[in-house]
Amino acid sequence: MASKTPAYPVVGSEVAPAGVATAVISVRDVIHRYGERTALDGVSFDVRPAELFGLLGPNGSGKTTLFRILSTLMVPVGGHATIMGSDVARDPNRVRRHIGVVFQAQSIDVKLTAAENLMHQGHLYGLHGASLKARILEMLNRVGLADRASEKAETFSGGMQRRLELAKGLLHHPSVLLLDEPTTGLDPGARRDLWQYLAILRDEEHVTVIVTTHLMEEAERCDRLAILNEGKVVALGTPNDLKHEIGGDVILLDAKDATSLARRISERFHVDAQEMQGKVRLERESGHRFITDVVEAFPGEIDAISVSKPTLEDVFIHRTGHRFWTEGGEGAEQ
Amino acid sequence: MPAFTLWWREVVRFYRQRSRVVGVIASPLLFWLVIGSGFGTSFRSGEAAGQQHYLDYFYPGALIMIVLFTSIFTMMSVIEDRKEGFLLSVMVAPVPRSAIVLGKVLGGTTLSAIQGLIFLIFAPFVGVHLGLGDFLMVVLVVFLVSFALTGLGFAIAWPMDSSQAFHAIINLFLIPLWLLSGALFPLSGASGWLRLVMRINPLTYGVEALRELLYPSTSAVSSIAISLTALVLFTLCMFGLCFVMVNRRTTRPAV
Repeated sequence: MASKTPAYPVVGSEVAPAGVATAVISVRDVIHRYGERTALDGVSFDVRPAELFGLLGPNGSGKTTLFRILSTLMVPVGGHATIMGSDVARDPNRVRRHIGVVFQAQSIDVKLTAAENLMHQGHLYGLHGASLKARILEMLNRVGLADRASEKAETFSGGMQRRLELAKGLLHHPSVLLLDEPTTGLDPGARRDLWQYLAILRDEEHVTVIVTTHLMEEAERCDRLAILNEGKVVALGTPNDLKHEIGGDVILLDAKDATSLARRISERFHVDAQEMQGKVRLERESGHRFITDVVEAFPGEIDAISVSKPTLEDVFIHRTGHRFWTEGGEGAEQ
Repeated sequence: MPAFTLWWREVVRFYRQRSRVVGVIASPLLFWLVIGSGFGTSFRSGEAAGQQHYLDYFYPGALIMIVLFTSIFTMMSVIEDRKEGFLLSVMVAPVPRSAIVLGKVLGGTTLSAIQGLIFLIFAPFVGVHLGLGDFLMVVLVVFLVSFALTGLGFAIAWPMDSSQAFHAIINLFLIPLWLLSGALFPLSGASGWLRLVMRINPLTYGVEALRELLYPSTSAVSSIAISLTALVLFTLCMFGLCFVMVNRRTTRPAV
């Protein structure tokens, strides 16, 4: 178990390999406000070399704000963030040379062809001539667009535009790749392809990848995760360690009067049972044994029971006390 | 290189959009047709011999007007680039911010200068025959005016997020800027405060410079040297303004 910090507990025995002490991305106490509204409230974490790091959080949790700060588009109100040792606020041009950025919104010019888009991008990064041409061909091959190189991007499907977007972000061999919700608008097949490609980048080219997402199944694919909620890091660790932290199973009970049942179960079994969206939810070791006890204790009151291994959503509930997708109320949209 | 590639993109985008090409070439022609046939003759009649025809007087102003509109409106693309997300990818590139301004503004300048020069082809019809030296001077003036006004358009468009807002503000600028540039009535005809405003208006110097170059015989109010100096200053100010706006890094979203 790593040492605990007051801001958030770090779970798991995740010790960096000896000699790989330097973090590629280092975020320290970053605070950001839009007027009165606090978007980031003291966020800190490190990203290690060649790591696939995820920023998971619901809408309005501060992911995009953090992404803007890391990609040098905005200066934080407080704290520091460095990428490859350069401060994103004070030395943006050094940072910009190291990073490749894939935005949530489209950034390609649809009036230009695929090759022209990459040509333009290469020129912005100081590449030119035969080496740029070769690199463009290589990237187009990699993302499977070589046969459409001289067609305008406006004729492409959403998935193809996304792939061109990725080729654009990777053209200049960045050592750090930042992606903001890169799978938005992609079908499941294209989503899987993208994540496979990110893993290849990490393994074969040792690119450090940081990706924001609000999808649990995508977060599962990351090496490590920071879970954000209302501008704070509520959990940090590998997906497995985070889930193990819950200790045992997650039990959901369907009942007519979930609130009262939750209270009575809590009293009787000394557990923390909560009413959540009309169901009773609790975490408990050896759930299969526990449910027989519950059914016997409250005969006729329980309509259905489910026992499952914890998911990342359970981690989120465990840490914040509410569901990932809150309806109205707290998790206000950005 | 970064400035060049941004300029290149601007020009490629332009010729890929057929309707814009038609607009740029056709509007000076149409304009010429209207003032040449109707407008021109009605003002021409009844003028005393030896006096300058109003059409001749109006010609430099018309040229400036064409440049003015095109220059400022091309910078609507700043708002489009921002909306389409393209600007984001430029802003995160390790490119000097001055190159971003230069590439974008030169792109707009190229288009409006071309349009101005198309209009210039008709100079012989108002009895203006330019030597090569004077012609190059005219090109220089058209370029400077285009660049400065495109810069103005850029500076207005940069902080905006909707093209409607851009239109509203532009209309506020365009008409007074043009009306009070000596394009319609001469500086000497204006009185008091109006004259002062016209003197401050940088566009006045563009019109003056063109008039001086096209009709050397008529005595212009200010010399060509003064006009050119004023234009260069105006251009530098506009470029500086754009640079400051783009270079400013704040705690608000940059794009």
